[in-house]
Amino acid sequence: MPKEYRTIKEISGPLMLIEGVEGVTYDELGEIELVDGEVRRCKVLEVDGTNALVQLFDASTGINLSNSKVRFLGRSMELGVSEDMLGRVFNGLGSPIDGGPEILPEKRMNINGTPMNPAARQYPSEFIQTGVSAIDGLNTLVRGQKLPIFSASGMPHAQLAAQIARQAKVLGKDENFAVVFAAIGITFEEADFFVESFKETGAIDRTVMFSNLANDPAIERIATPKMALTCAEYLAFEKDMHVLVIMTDITNYADALREVSAARKEVPGRRGYPGYMYTDLATLYERAGRQIGKTGSITMIPILTMPEDDKTHPIPDLTGYITEGQIILGRDLYRKGVKPPIDVLPSLSRLKDKGIGEGKTRADHSNTMNQLFAAYARGKDAKELMVILGEAALTEIDIMYAKFADAFENEYVSQGYDNDRSIEETLNIGWKLLSMLPRSELKRIDDKFLDEYYGKQV
Amino acid sequence: MSRGVIKKVAGPLVIAEGMRDANMYDVVHVSEHNLIGEIIEMHGDQASIQVYEETAGLGPGEPVVSLGRPLSVELGPGLISNIYDGIQRPLDEIMKVSGGNGLERGISVPPLPEEKLWDFEPTVSEGAEVTGGDIIGTVQETIVVNHKIMVPPDVKGRVKEIKKGSFTIRDTVAVIETEKGDRELTMTQHWPVRSGRPYKTKMAPKKPLITGQRVIDTFFPIARGGVAAVPGPFGSGKTVIQHQLAKWAEADIVVYIGCGERGNEMTDVLNEFPELKDPKTGESLMERTVLIANTSDMPVAAREASIYTGITIAEYFRDMGYSVALMADSTSRWAEALREMSGRLEEMPGEEGYPAYLGSRLAQFYERAGQVITLGSEEREGALSVIGAVSPPGGDISEPVSQATLRIVKVFWGLDSNLAYKRHFPAINWLTSYSLYLQDMEKWFNANVAEDWMEHRQAMMALLQEESELEEIVKMVGMDALSPADRLKMEAARSIREDFLHQNSFHEVDTYTSLKKQHLMMKLVMAFYDFGVKALADGANIEEIISMPVRESIGRFKYVHEDEIEQAYDKVMAEFAEEGKNIDGKEAF
Repeated sequence: MPKEYRTIKEISGPLMLIEGVEGVTYDELGEIELVDGEVRRCKVLEVDGTNALVQLFDASTGINLSNSKVRFLGRSMELGVSEDMLGRVFNGLGSPIDGGPEILPEKRMNINGTPMNPAARQYPSEFIQTGVSAIDGLNTLVRGQKLPIFSASGMPHAQLAAQIARQAKVLGKDENFAVVFAAIGITFEEADFFVESFKETGAIDRTVMFSNLANDPAIERIATPKMALTCAEYLAFEKDMHVLVIMTDITNYADALREVSAARKEVPGRRGYPGYMYTDLATLYERAGRQIGKTGSITMIPILTMPEDDKTHPIPDLTGYITEGQIILGRDLYRKGVKPPIDVLPSLSRLKDKGIGEGKTRADHSNTMNQLFAAYARGKDAKELMVILGEAALTEIDIMYAKFADAFENEYVSQGYDNDRSIEETLNIGWKLLSMLPRSELKRIDDKFLDEYYGKQV
Repeated sequence: MSRGVIKKVAGPLVIAEGMRDANMYDVVHVSEHNLIGEIIEMHGDQASIQVYEETAGLGPGEPVVSLGRPLSVELGPGLISNIYDGIQRPLDEIMKVSGGNGLERGISVPPLPEEKLWDFEPTVSEGAEVTGGDIIGTVQETIVVNHKIMVPPDVKGRVKEIKKGSFTIRDTVAVIETEKGDRELTMTQHWPVRSGRPYKTKMAPKKPLITGQRVIDTFFPIARGGVAAVPGPFGSGKTVIQHQLAKWAEADIVVYIGCGERGNEMTDVLNEFPELKDPKTGESLMERTVLIANTSDMPVAAREASIYTGITIAEYFRDMGYSVALMADSTSRWAEALREMSGRLEEMPGEEGYPAYLGSRLAQFYERAGQVITLGSEEREGALSVIGAVSPPGGDISEPVSQATLRIVKVFWGLDSNLAYKRHFPAINWLTSYSLYLQDMEKWFNANVAEDWMEHRQAMMALLQEESELEEIVKMVGMDALSPADRLKMEAARSIREDFLHQNSFHEVDTYTSLKKQHLMMKLVMAFYDFGVKALADGANIEEIISMPVRESIGRFKYVHEDEIEQAYDKVMAEFAEEGKNIDGKEAF
């Protein structure tokens, strides 16, 4: 039986100081027993001589300095994992909340994981067809990638994420897949939307859900994504599954991090977020990937809402520096009714070049992708000019580009949330749109592809 | 040796008591796991230690042992094609030893292969007088790297014994009789990472470091032995530029430091470099590359050490007389590691929480670059060029790391997210970027490539500058309001941007452009403009000029294979002359 302490000295926000402890180690998990027998969890943030500073994972309500007891468990926070977790719902700290039985763990894993040896990584290169043209055609997702969705309040990121989870497949393969879903501080309705969507397709049996809703303790959120990723690592690297991890909303996670940092009176970085937020987020995102000698993979789609639609806010900014690209939703496209409102120009998939081309998608993919980007950018410039000066001020060619930009948004990007397009379809729509422009303008496309596809409608 | 016990643990910072005899910056072993740390502050008998590995599970009372020497790297055969973590542990070996794909802590692996036999070929004979930096023998480490075994800087004397044959790095290959007695030399030496390796004199850089990247070589060249910074927001292509330079820069040795960046980027290098051929030697690029990887999920304190580890290895090869290029991606992550440790030490923060010594630490790092005469009687010339990526938050370079970097470096390649959105890569903004080496390099380019090199470069730059001014006008009054001469300028500038500056690093031909080809491309692009000016003066119609079909051929010239550039150039010019005749019947040339 571990030693029990009744020496809580201070409680302030999510932090608690315990005096006179012995043998306590950094990052150790602790339990606080209230007088009525309720047990709450905490972890050691700092140990200085006989003082231990701990961070609570629950609310501090009801903790009493004189009669609450603390004991340390001699290990870091762990998650008991088993294949039976598929189809189950857990709270943010990994306890089942769906009324089902407790999980009999096959093993217990430290939720912090271990950093992946860069020499042991396998470069992601398998094309995932999401059925969404703006992603497949222009910002291609590959297996083992971490590709966040940058959204903002009131935009349909949930619909898009659910659509990807529903439609995502690797062509020509039928493999063992699973979805791990982490709800981090989102509302019941949003979480329910995902559950319903998984149910509709039957994917619910292959889904593990960790749910920390908006009314759950904010501080519990710090553990939630780690729980989800630990479970994903187990399924991917020990059970050979291809796991898609969806985490929403990272903004809530970062805010919880800020809360702890502020309580510790740390020197804040930008906008009050701690200076180590980059490292902290990286230890989440970098857990995606593939490993040498393992069949399974973790593909990650974190969702974050940009405060004030601002891409330079620390949360999207630091995320963008770590993840392998980003899918950005645009408010003006949303207002125009483009579904999904993916703003393709600032969106990016860094790993696309390895996942496309002959044998993966189609030989002309890379060329047409570059051309579509360039043409759309020019078309948008032309449209901007048109707003100021009127159509008459544009040259003939600029008018063509402006028309192209409109058609691109309406036909290529806007496809609806139920439309599952094959990559062939996506590429052909691209060619149909490019054929609106004179052939001499298509400088980024090789002649042989122009001969094969330009102006030929299928 | 000093032994103490842990008093406090807070993340990567450990405070130990009973360390009175330890020195500042000593390496220490922390706890029974033998985690590696470094003393960064002393207060009485308490030492603040930054630990290079995960500290979870550590608590007060556990032992701390100082090793009595500063953090050092081992230098010798076996460095090339290796991938190390921030404190020179070979990641490949760790994978074999630990048997897993994760980085477990407390693993101790020698940095260089100890068993491997190397063919040591002596270059001095017994009785010769040698001093620090002299070469006593060579080892053909890879097909392209001839590893020179040098006398360590602090040794001077007479060669008493020298061997020939196959040895491991632990075997003695020479004995030097010095004033302080005999000194046995192996093929390796140790050097503390935080102090620069000595050299005889530093010189001003004279030659450019050719990179095969048009916007760099032509517009903003970096000197061999120079320093450059690449700041840019995420998604603007910093890493691709760093990779391109690591691939194609005309250097003998490349040291690539992935500091706090993505794991997959290092994997990419590991996969791709062995496949790529060096245009100079025809051998695989991995045969000249050393990788240092401290990815963003690896312990933060080792990130701080990683750039020092990398530059010390680079200096070692520079001392052999090689031209070494070092890429650090990204120095911002290094600065953040510094900030995190500073915060834990409860130091008074400077700007944005960064420590007040940020600027001086950055300057010390970049100053280790340069063109030098090395130690030793041979007076070899070695060069170390450093290219650092900077990741400013929100892409705003008014932040402290970018500003401190810009005060030191001489080349600034400013990346622009607007160019990146348009998929104009490399997204180096031609209006904000600069190279202070331009003046010095002018002579070299004019003498070694073509006399009119700089003339063309200036003309192109002037057009781009005018384009940006004209664009303002177009935004207000439209393209039609421009005079034909200005229309022509806009078109010529567009051609410079699309046909010359835009370079596809994923295209097999376009990824590298020789200086000769760059020159021909400049000539083609400018030929169009010069023709246009003349034709306009003769009364030609601007629409006819800008719709000349030859412009498409000019645009496709970048995809012409290096072997065929001469013929292709002549062909395009012939096409040009032919079409020129039809423009109002005027002769083109």
